[in-house]
Amino acid sequence: MHLLYMIFIDPFVQMGTAPDLLVQTLWEGLVAGVLYALIALGFVLIFKASGVFNFAQGIMVVFAALTLVGLYAHGVPAFLALAMTIGVMFLLALAIERFVLRPLVNQPDIILFMATFGLTYILIGFGELIFGGDPKVMIADQLLLPNGSYTVKMFGGFVQMQKIDIAAAVIASVMVASLAVFFQKTRIGRALRAVADSHRAALSVGISLEYIWVIVWFASGIVALATGIMWGARSNVSFALEVIALKALPVLILGGFTSIPGAIIGGVIIGVGEKIGEFYWGPLFGSGIEEWFAYVIALVFLLFRPQGLFGERIIERI
Amino acid sequence: MRAPSGPDVSVGDVLLSVENVSLSFGGVNAVSDVSFDIRKGEIRAIIGPNGAGKTSMLNIINGFYQPQQGRITFKGQTRSKMRPHDAAHGGIARTFQNVALFRGMTALDNIMAGRTLKMHRNFFWQLLRYGPAMTEEVEHRRRVEEIIDFLKIQEIRRIPVGRLPYGLQKRVELGRALAMEPDLLLLDEPMAGMNLEEKEDMSRFVLDVNDHYGTTIALIEHDMGVVMDLSDRVVVLDHGIKIADGTPDEIKGNQGVIDAYLGVAH
Repeated sequence: MHLLYMIFIDPFVQMGTAPDLLVQTLWEGLVAGVLYALIALGFVLIFKASGVFNFAQGIMVVFAALTLVGLYAHGVPAFLALAMTIGVMFLLALAIERFVLRPLVNQPDIILFMATFGLTYILIGFGELIFGGDPKVMIADQLLLPNGSYTVKMFGGFVQMQKIDIAAAVIASVMVASLAVFFQKTRIGRALRAVADSHRAALSVGISLEYIWVIVWFASGIVALATGIMWGARSNVSFALEVIALKALPVLILGGFTSIPGAIIGGVIIGVGEKIGEFYWGPLFGSGIEEWFAYVIALVFLLFRPQGLFGERIIERI
Repeated sequence: MRAPSGPDVSVGDVLLSVENVSLSFGGVNAVSDVSFDIRKGEIRAIIGPNGAGKTSMLNIINGFYQPQQGRITFKGQTRSKMRPHDAAHGGIARTFQNVALFRGMTALDNIMAGRTLKMHRNFFWQLLRYGPAMTEEVEHRRRVEEIIDFLKIQEIRRIPVGRLPYGLQKRVELGRALAMEPDLLLLDEPMAGMNLEEKEDMSRFVLDVNDHYGTTIALIEHDMGVVMDLSDRVVVLDHGIKIADGTPDEIKGNQGVIDAYLGVAH
């Protein structure tokens, strides 16, 4: 009886009696969710264009952040370092297209997937060689990202919002919106979907795979850089950041692997779900459910809607 | 070599010629020292038993495979190999043996994709759906609608092609190729897996495309009735080697061809 009360009644009583805490939790969930969405977005871009789950997305986040911090440490001014890092991500996209993707045209998706594993370890090795393995501090202040926090009076209590979180939410929303429009409304967007469906058919109508791949890998490199800056500013920049990429998996399952709006809504659901779960139901399990709660949500979704909320319907003729 | 002046052959200039082309995969010779040409305005059939190298030949022509030897001359330009992008730019469109469509996209979007190379406006304007980019989009839509009317697939244009029956998928694929306004159209077994009625429809479309748009067509087909009815000239491959080249009537009587199909008594 007591257990049922703790599960079904008590959390809602708490929500009702302390709405300021609820809002605080929702806000934290929203911020975490937006950042998950950013990571997921990197996956979606590449999945849309090549039907490949890019295992290297996590390490690209780390690599981008390390490059930025590393350049700054060598005396390059912050914004020049940012521009140079964008250049590095473009070169990386070119290199990946030339040396990984082009030799594998028309191979099954699983081959490309395995190639992204290889890419992951190359980037880890390369990154450690150049920048060393020790954690570094993100140059958030130098990039004029705000710090400190706002405290808002609400429902008889206080809700605290970190300025960096607000900035992250705004930047992520702008990126998602512009990418969504870019890929929905332009010829490149149509070409991109075409490439995802069939390499040889795309080639036969004159779509250049090389061009499309460089564009999407560059775009996802930019997304990785933004993710790296935002996450790096909240903790620090180290190879441990790579594992946050795994948090994108439940987001993708929820939102659908092919949908840009799906990535952001999935991210928010996961972020909010996990914070609320942790705060109100966590104590029942001795806390710490945040780590795995997202995967439970994803599993439930897999049962009922395997293509995700916004994924394309999977049409297979038998 | 047959003199190119038979009464049933519309004599045009040579649009494409392959000379002494060879292609092997490892130790397997897919195509050995094959030469033939395709003339402007004709329907050219490539036939042969299974594994004769017909599809390899098409893949060489549109640049999917790069031959180890030989030369390809297209519109007067000679090169040792095509690239898919050059082929598409130069006006070579194709369909595939086992339909290669963009399955998640609608029939309309599939055919629109065929116009990729014809669109020139900067993506920035497309993004804003503004001015010249919008006019361009509308113009392309009009051309695509013409093709849709021509192929009589109006009612399925909004359906994702993955859901369509096979015969209609083949038609959409033909539409996508036509949207490129090609000078040379390569059809890899356009009637494979079709019933009689669908075959008749497809045959009519092929003839109409040839008549109406003046498109030169090279097609691979197993149905001999269709081949003999449609084509102006036929080239026969067997085990990667050209064994005959001529009008349908000449091919029908060719002992080498009959042997290749039926086997030779030893």
